Amino acid sequence: MAYSEKVIDHYSNPKNVGTLDKSQKNVGTGLVGAPECGDVMRLQIEVDETTGIIKDAKFKTFGCGSAIASSSLATEWLKGKSVEDALKIDNMEIVEELNLPPVKIHCSVLAEDAIKAAINDFRVKNGMEALKFEESVLH
Amino acid sequence: MNMLKLPIYLDHNATTPCDPRVVETMIPYFTEHFGNSASRNHPFGWQAEEAIDYAREQIAKLIGADPKEIIFTSGATEGDNLAIKGVFDMYASKGNHIITATTEHKAVLDTCKHIEKSGGEVTYLEVNDEGMIDLQELEASIKPTTILVAIMYANNEIGAVQPVKEISRIAKKHGVLFFTDGTQAVSKIPVDVVKDGIDLMAFSAHKMYGPKGVGALYVRRKSPRVKVTAQMDGGGHERGMRSGTLNVAGIVGFGKACEIAMQDMETETKRVSVLRDKLENGLMKLEEAYVNGSREHRLPHVTNISFKYVEGEGLMMGFNKDIAVSSGSACTSASLEPSYVLKALGLGDDLAHSSLRFGLGRFTTEEQIDYTIEQVSKTVIKLREMSPLWEMYKEGVDLDKIEWAHH
Repeated sequence: MAYSEKVIDHYSNPKNVGTLDKSQKNVGTGLVGAPECGDVMRLQIEVDETTGIIKDAKFKTFGCGSAIASSSLATEWLKGKSVEDALKIDNMEIVEELNLPPVKIHCSVLAEDAIKAAINDFRVKNGMEALKFEESVLH
Repeated sequence: MNMLKLPIYLDHNATTPCDPRVVETMIPYFTEHFGNSASRNHPFGWQAEEAIDYAREQIAKLIGADPKEIIFTSGATEGDNLAIKGVFDMYASKGNHIITATTEHKAVLDTCKHIEKSGGEVTYLEVNDEGMIDLQELEASIKPTTILVAIMYANNEIGAVQPVKEISRIAKKHGVLFFTDGTQAVSKIPVDVVKDGIDLMAFSAHKMYGPKGVGALYVRRKSPRVKVTAQMDGGGHERGMRSGTLNVAGIVGFGKACEIAMQDMETETKRVSVLRDKLENGLMKLEEAYVNGSREHRLPHVTNISFKYVEGEGLMMGFNKDIAVSSGSACTSASLEPSYVLKALGLGDDLAHSSLRFGLGRFTTEEQIDYTIEQVSKTVIKLREMSPLWEMYKEGVDLDKIEWAHH
């Protein structure tokens, strides 16, 4: 199975690899997946407290090329979005953008999960309730 | 370095290129000498039969067998099926119990599953962390109904070589037949069906620089005389054990491949194992790298290494347009389960996901190994910089204590 050019590009030149200071109140961290499953994604957002805009996003991923590409793309899309708009990112948009084959759809699901987990972490830290998501998102 | 031709092939346990000498020998048998070796009444048939007889000798010689003991098949999967199902059917009056191991190839394991569905009983021996079976456990598993011990000679993923002589001694002592899948071992290390006490052995041409689609099942003819029930009905070729027109060109190539292997085995083994050790030592300089399986009882051309905190498929993607290897990671298989062989060694799923298998071969050069060490090391380091697990490990976080969201 050959990879799409976009997957190869994100894998070779990943955007926004790194770590934000998770002790900061305006940083939300989502850690999803499991080593035993062969994918772990950690996605972080830094929110501008006055505007509610995501001003930075970083990721680190243990996984295949498609998982790395999905998280790299997610961080690109997150930057500059409001938290509210970020919640609207759907895994199928990632699938389309990266031309992921059916066996790699779970990588995009994981990226969507990571976004939601990071937003929830940010919400809880800032005295808001964690949002509940449909179970299907978590699988 | 400027002479290096890419891509580099380091997946010789999957298949090997045909040796040009093999191809050359085969060519006339597609065109001028196209006869059916079963045509007994004209020169076309005679010529084909003569070629088959000669190949049968070349093949038998490599494994210390009599040519009459070679049954041609389409490859090792068919050989595994024919041996196990054939013995199960032929010796049904004696018993229905087969002993095998959890690290066998799927062609053996799935055949055993079939046997279980057909009323047979199968014992699957566990292996230790080196991939070796326990001989005492083997002996203790033998019952009055046991008819066959099926243990591979050498493993395809880690190269671990089983104590075949001891296994056959135990089987013989209890009057049980011993079948071994010799696919990975034959032509790589000395295999002698007499000295090793093997009753049946499957092997394949394409793992030893011969063509795909042809293999053989060795079936012992003396002490004891072994028979298998044919699994395909037809013209009764191959002493009635395997019907079907013989793949003459393929068999001629298989014969030539065996002849070359026999000539070159000693020098080739030495050369390749030096390169393998160089590769292994080079890669083991990376932190948190682990060799999987026995390093002592191992094929000379294989090494299987886990690079902790990096996922295998992601790792391969860093160099797979230039270097061909394979991984025990789930992502490379359709099942989404990591390698059952590595798991049988007691490796956690995480380490199984992080493994690469390097299989060197006849045409592997030192320049290729140097380049591979450089590229793989570079990619491991790069991906670890991107790995949240590596970061946690470096910060001293115990990854086993984290509650992962399993999906």
